[in-house]
Amino acid sequence: MDFLEQVLEPLQFGFMQRGLAASVLVAVICGILGGFVVLKGLAFIGDALAHASFGGVALAFVLGFNIYLGAFVFALATALGIGAITRRGRVSSDTAIGVLFSGTFAFGILIISRVDGYTTDLFGYLFGDVLSITASDLWTILILGVVVLLLVAVFYRQLIFVGFDPTVAAAAGLRAGALNYLLLALLGATIVTAIQAVGIVLVVALLVTPAATAYLITRRFHHMIAASSGIGAVCAVLGIYLSYYLNVASGAAIILVATTLFLITLALTGLPDKAIEPEGGEGEPV
Amino acid sequence: MTGPALQIDDLSVAYNSRWALEGATFSVPRGAMLGVVGPNGGGKSTMVKALLGLVPAQRGTVRVLGQRLDRRVRRLVGYVPQQDEVNWNFPVSAFDVVLMGRLPALKLFRRYSARDREMARKALETVGMSHVSDARIRELSGGQQQRVFLARALAQEAEVLLLDEPVSGVDAPSQREIFELLRRLQDAGKTIVVTTHDLSSVAERFDLAMLLNRKVVGLGRPDDVLTEELLNETYESRLMILNIEGRTVAVEHGRHLGGG
Repeated sequence: MDFLEQVLEPLQFGFMQRGLAASVLVAVICGILGGFVVLKGLAFIGDALAHASFGGVALAFVLGFNIYLGAFVFALATALGIGAITRRGRVSSDTAIGVLFSGTFAFGILIISRVDGYTTDLFGYLFGDVLSITASDLWTILILGVVVLLLVAVFYRQLIFVGFDPTVAAAAGLRAGALNYLLLALLGATIVTAIQAVGIVLVVALLVTPAATAYLITRRFHHMIAASSGIGAVCAVLGIYLSYYLNVASGAAIILVATTLFLITLALTGLPDKAIEPEGGEGEPV
Repeated sequence: MTGPALQIDDLSVAYNSRWALEGATFSVPRGAMLGVVGPNGGGKSTMVKALLGLVPAQRGTVRVLGQRLDRRVRRLVGYVPQQDEVNWNFPVSAFDVVLMGRLPALKLFRRYSARDREMARKALETVGMSHVSDARIRELSGGQQQRVFLARALAQEAEVLLLDEPVSGVDAPSQREIFELLRRLQDAGKTIVVTTHDLSSVAERFDLAMLLNRKVVGLGRPDDVLTEELLNETYESRLMILNIEGRTVAVEHGRHLGGG
């Protein structure tokens, strides 16, 4: 069997076509949001929103609602809850994130522990099952993805200004608080699109790893998110093929390709001045 | 737009039920260059942020060029932040940063126009930073970064420039360049307010000085305000005023604050 046949063979199956389309789409969206996640240090909150969405998935599953809607509502409510608790200033945002996401995740586990027989389906959301994506799932991902990308495009400059220099952005009259909530809502929507492709537990990797790789090889923000989307898409395609030929879990395969690419890039670039500083920390320029 | 550049009345800010700024009442005439000095924790940054509406004030009013601080009036105030307010991870060029100054005036769904870009270019030229236009902001020196941030305020068409500790962590020649640049901007009609530790620069280069320690201890011409008596009152026992060969040197907490 030559290379071209190997490439084309899986594509005769509808589930492979849908799986490929879905994971590439998800990787592109995650790549763009991932730029903000990496630069603003939102990895933990991204992971938290993904886990929190599981409560919504389980609840929607049991009640017979759309699971994407359930996931999005839970992710959004958690993001708003974290913001509300942190704003009072008595609890740090790290702590608020830790409390809320484990609570909502536990709520999801509690629900599925009562629904025998369905648990295997629900575990598909935890660890990803991109090859079981239906045409209607694909439409949901596509519509959500287009909405996210349009909103990022419209508020692109505002999001960069607020991300780079929040105090001056607010002083100049930008609605910094609203823009931060917008970013969290976009993050929530992005995570929801990615749940079936890579699973709740691994979503954060798709947000962080390709963007971190892109950060190492680019010098401008728009180049970074373009590269991040491209790298994500390559990882998605390679991961799906690996999963087909090696018969391994697709989500895990996609993430491991991304991890490998990151480690190779890190070793090849290896410049100490590219280190990402924790936000609000010692951001002294060299 | 009539009235002084800044008209502050009874501005008061409390953190955790402790006053950080209490009853600040003063005005800054147009075209003035005011240096705000005072001990660490004396409320300099708090005052700047309260002027900009970035921290909630318990009481008081702020008027800029005779108007309340709404979204349109905000554009008339250009703010140059302290270094640690900025997320240096963001891969943006000096030109990108200056162009941000045009953003508050830009309508949603609109792109930057050729005029916006031209204004950004001009602003970079004014601060003498055209040659680093494409450089990543993080790779510039502290003094260069401050000048790029000033250019952003100019691109915003700000009439009042607020600079929070613009020369801290900046080497001496760059400090002098920044103060000279501020003087040129003053000559061009801008009103300038600077918080700083550098008493001697305020004495030599500014036409107004303010002493601030939770309250406004003094405001007026540097010669009238930077007196031993008022400085001691402002810095309490934390400042030593030395007179060396006719020049005033101030030392805080064993730290050299600069002498003439």
